[in-house]
Amino acid sequence: MDKLSNGTHAALQLPLRDHATVLKAGFPLSRFRLIAVLPLLLALGGCNFVVLAPTGDIAAQQRDMLVISTLLMLLIIIPVMALTAFFAWKYRQSNTAADYAPDWDHSTQLELVIWSAPLLIIICLGALTWIGTHLLDPYRPLDRIAPGKPVAADVRPLEVDVVALDWKWLFIYPEQGVATVNELAVPVDRPITFRITASSVMNAFYVPTLAGMIYAMPGMETKLHAVANAPVTSTGFSANYSGAGFSGMKFGFMALSDGDFDGWIAKAKTSQGNLTKEVYLELEKPSENAPVQRFATVDPVLFDAVLNMCVETGKMCMKEMMAIDAKGGLGREGANNVLKLTHDKYARRGAVFGTGAGYVLGLCTPEELTGRTLSVAGARAPLAVPSAKTAPAGLPGFTPISLKAGAQPAARAPSNI
Amino acid sequence: MSTATTQASDSPVFYEVEEHAHPEGHSTSLGFWIYLMSDCLIFACLFAVYGVLGRNYAAGPGPKDLFDLTLVAVNTTMLLLSSITYGFAMLAMEKDRVSATQFWLVVTGLFGAAFLFIELYEFHHMIAEGATPQRSAFLSSFFTLVGTHGLHVTFGIIWLITLMVQVARHGLITANRRRLMCLSMFWHFLDVIWIGVFTFVYLMGMLR
Amino acid sequence: MTEYPVPTSAIFGRLTLGALPLHEPILVATFAAVCLGGLVVLGALTYFRLWGYLWKEWFTSVDHKKIGIMYMVLGIIMLLRGFADAVMMRLQQALAFNGSEGYLPAHHYDQVFTAHGVIMIFFVAMPLVTGLMNFVVPLQIGARDVSFPFLNNFSFWMTVAGAVLVMMSLFVGEFARTGWLAYPPLSGIAYSPDPGMDYYIWALQIAGVGTLLSGVNLICTIVKMRAPGMTMMKMPVFTWTALCTNVLIVAAFPVLTAVLALLSLDRYVGTNFFTNDFGGNPMMYVNLIWIWGHPEVYILILPIFGIFSEVTSTFSGKKLFGYTSMVYATVVITILSYLVWLHHFFTMGSGASVNSFFGITTMIISIPTGAKMFNWLFTMYRGRIRFELPMMWTIAFMLTFVIGGMTGVMLAVPPADFVLHNSLFLIAHFHNVIIGGVVFGLFAGISYWFPKAFGFRLNEFWGKCSFWFWVVGFYFAFMPLYVLGLMGVTRRLRVFDDPSLHIWFIIAAFGAFLIALGIGCFLIQIAISILQRDKLRDVTGDPWDGRTLEWATSSPPPDYNFAFTPVVHDNDAWWDMKARGYKRPLEGFRPIHMPSNTGTGIILAGIAITFGFAMIWYIWWLAALSFVTLLATAIGHTFNYHRDFFIPADVVARTESERTRQLAGKVQA
Repeated sequence: MDKLSNGTHAALQLPLRDHATVLKAGFPLSRFRLIAVLPLLLALGGCNFVVLAPTGDIAAQQRDMLVISTLLMLLIIIPVMALTAFFAWKYRQSNTAADYAPDWDHSTQLELVIWSAPLLIIICLGALTWIGTHLLDPYRPLDRIAPGKPVAADVRPLEVDVVALDWKWLFIYPEQGVATVNELAVPVDRPITFRITASSVMNAFYVPTLAGMIYAMPGMETKLHAVANAPVTSTGFSANYSGAGFSGMKFGFMALSDGDFDGWIAKAKTSQGNLTKEVYLELEKPSENAPVQRFATVDPVLFDAVLNMCVETGKMCMKEMMAIDAKGGLGREGANNVLKLTHDKYARRGAVFGTGAGYVLGLCTPEELTGRTLSVAGARAPLAVPSAKTAPAGLPGFTPISLKAGAQPAARAPSNI
Repeated sequence: MSTATTQASDSPVFYEVEEHAHPEGHSTSLGFWIYLMSDCLIFACLFAVYGVLGRNYAAGPGPKDLFDLTLVAVNTTMLLLSSITYGFAMLAMEKDRVSATQFWLVVTGLFGAAFLFIELYEFHHMIAEGATPQRSAFLSSFFTLVGTHGLHVTFGIIWLITLMVQVARHGLITANRRRLMCLSMFWHFLDVIWIGVFTFVYLMGMLR
Repeated sequence: MTEYPVPTSAIFGRLTLGALPLHEPILVATFAAVCLGGLVVLGALTYFRLWGYLWKEWFTSVDHKKIGIMYMVLGIIMLLRGFADAVMMRLQQALAFNGSEGYLPAHHYDQVFTAHGVIMIFFVAMPLVTGLMNFVVPLQIGARDVSFPFLNNFSFWMTVAGAVLVMMSLFVGEFARTGWLAYPPLSGIAYSPDPGMDYYIWALQIAGVGTLLSGVNLICTIVKMRAPGMTMMKMPVFTWTALCTNVLIVAAFPVLTAVLALLSLDRYVGTNFFTNDFGGNPMMYVNLIWIWGHPEVYILILPIFGIFSEVTSTFSGKKLFGYTSMVYATVVITILSYLVWLHHFFTMGSGASVNSFFGITTMIISIPTGAKMFNWLFTMYRGRIRFELPMMWTIAFMLTFVIGGMTGVMLAVPPADFVLHNSLFLIAHFHNVIIGGVVFGLFAGISYWFPKAFGFRLNEFWGKCSFWFWVVGFYFAFMPLYVLGLMGVTRRLRVFDDPSLHIWFIIAAFGAFLIALGIGCFLIQIAISILQRDKLRDVTGDPWDGRTLEWATSSPPPDYNFAFTPVVHDNDAWWDMKARGYKRPLEGFRPIHMPSNTGTGIILAGIAITFGFAMIWYIWWLAALSFVTLLATAIGHTFNYHRDFFIPADVVARTESERTRQLAGKVQA
């Protein structure tokens, strides 16, 4: 699936670039900027139309799509509204001077016009949509940081791993080895790759001034590529209702110059916190309007574990589970490979008639079982086989299986069925 | 054609003089057919859900570990036979033979009950092994799809018994014939759904 | 935090006195008011000895006209509840600035916006639309009733049962706090263990049975019971749209039933369809619920398009322009409405090709919709437009709906949707099409067909007040939301930091206040019209110089609708009859075959409420008992073979001669 869409991207890239050039030539961007500024002038003092005047290149292109499509549609909307008002006025009952043709109900020419006029607009808009959607696909790595400024070949994007927690945001900077809660800082003009997931329920990661939103979903990874083009202080938030603390689920967003960004990272590195598995599990518990927190170090496999929903000791990681499932499951013995849930963000829970909430036990090494390191299947070579001795008491032994490290699929990427 | 005779022959007729009755039940078969199609959509959803989740074993047992094709084949036979015997009941109804109709209905009901019994046995067996509906998404969707079909068969049997009482009381009057026809559609519909379940869930599950 | 699963008692399940929201002053006051109001109504009914009348003539009635009217009453009552929720939200959002938390805690506010959405769609828009279809369609096709009159009564009461459960949640326990489509995992047992979510599920499941059966019923009615001569392409446009809508209902509601059933299995049995663990997949819920949810939008709007077609043509005194293209546009929309569901979640990350496919199919829907708009426009062209209330609503619709259509297409462009999804822009968009389309259309329909249902027109002055308050109020309430959306404000927020947003929320709240006045004027309009009914009386049965068959009979129509079944020669059957010198038959009446009333529908719905309540509160013995009773009652009903009777010819003759006398009186006056 992934390979396929990459292939599609590659194939599309060339023609898409051409289209992009055409677009730029046909509709000079500056004109749109001007239109976008109009509401600003009209607005009451201090209003910030961030969607219409973003600072990030991606958001700006998305804004352009918005404006172009609006203008295209106004081509037909305005005449319709004008005609409605005009006909309503002209053919009012009291105006006996106007024509009255009570049996006139068909005209092939008119019918052709009323079907083809919207059709033409939709053909234009459809073409624009197809191109724009592919160009601005959040999964597509950036090829420019601003109009006319392609990404240099040696520039590696900054990776930021985002976790939507109840009800706060965790940002992990794997390259810098720091993490923050409710504060996102990025350097200006460097492409950013966000890997996004959630711990419990669905959220949407949205920084209006930077780029459009994308859902954050538990056990799934979504991606967003963006770039900040000017130093700015703004906010980001969850754009998908996620429960009681949703209103306070926002974070400060800062686009900083390279120097300031380095300073910001250095400041984070001097903070006290270390984001280990235990700290994460504590952090994960629901809290509202959480203050900014910084962590000087981060467990390097934490994000992977969050994504695969196996931060808790002994819980099977999703990619491990998916690899097993791809081979047909663990057989009858696997049926009982379940433990009651002990750690939970909330209190103990479960359906009335169910067996109570539980989780699938990971097939893991003794060290992992005692909780010394994270059980991330990707982090180690061929899986150790649990022996009956190390399995928790009361569990039936299960048939050992061996997995090739390479056979493990990546974490689930969202797709529609 | 019952039309107004009071009007001159060249002027159009605007109403029917005779009562234009729609006898009770004149659109029942259409209505019931539409209902069946909506029910079919529910099954379509369940099949789709099984299609999506059917391989998510959550490191638990898969179809090959759990399904016993022989048992399911016997089960399928039961249901197919019940459809045939329902057909016989309808043939007897066409010939106005009350007792023969009732006899074939009893046979149909028994086959249906046997089907249900075997299905429950299969479920019980799986649950006893720990392959409960809660164990994995695959098992959730399996139990729900097959169970929903089973629930339909159960209601079909209740309906069948009701109709037998009604036929015994009133004989094969028009209303009862119509009802038997509806149940017939329902019963065969369940058969068709089961063919889908058998193929899509059991056979293809074993082939994986 | 509460311990889950909560301890349950054998007798009361998890229902305890603590479930009564005695600590919430707003709810206590509401409860007191409802009780007081309820007591007054009950007292009045008893004092005026109306119980028997209501039971015999209305509750147990299988007459499609009475059921249609009862649907409308239900819709209007629930509108008051749904609107009260809207006012509470507007107030909260207008207050919660500058460090203020507003007056609603999250626990309450989250229920309010969920209830607002659920009630407005399922228990306001659906009953009002179904009510109009029920009342009008059989009359328009020259039928005596629907195909399955008992089912019709049952469907109505099941819808009421759903509404009763939602209302109950106000005072016993709580409602869902998940948003109106209740996405898991938030709506799963893990994150919403409270009974609120179960109220949601059972209310929708029970009402859904009603909706589905009523859909089957109306399809059969339209397919099987048209008057002789009325071929498919001679059906009035409203009937066409009703047919398409009911096809949509039958093809979409089973999906809702299935997806809610799976969610309840997750919640009750602990299966793993939409959970995070054990291989569950919450995204599947989002897909399935929108596979129902998008057609649902068209279920609401298509009949409204039909209303506008009837109104435009009648009040322009002209044949509808482009009948054929209107019909094809309706059918195309019906089909396309199944191919667009994913545009509700472009931001899930389905990939560019999938997103563009669904974006473009969505845009394609605007082509037939645009064609419809032009058809209305050219129906007005060279007409003689009478600006009665229904026509005023139609003009307001045409001007407002195109804006909503435009913003809808904007949201269908995936890159634009990425910045506007879930924002107040989206909220403004769908209120723009639902208020500017569905609600305006319903008011047009109500003022258009009210004289047919009751024999007198609605008061024009108060109608115009209602109209202007609604239209102006709508613009005040929702244009600021477009603006806020462009400022990046997302939906369902309870408190705000940025003071520059404040003014827009205050304008929106003012708009809501204007709409409240509009609703008030509408209620006054009804009351005044009843008081002035003699002055507003219409004895002709054809107050607007109508075109379709419903105007051929008296107002209100007799139980049997038409003494003789009409024969149709033209699209505008009644217009054609008037033009070609139709003479009302005065003799030769025959006995008319009619369905009998039955109380089974209301009894079954009552048991269904009990069953739902028992399931919500885990009262298992009651659930089992009520389920068995439900089944037994339904089976018992099938043992009744005598469900019809004949209206004797002399009764028909008496009714018709009464009308003859009235018409003559009109002529003399």
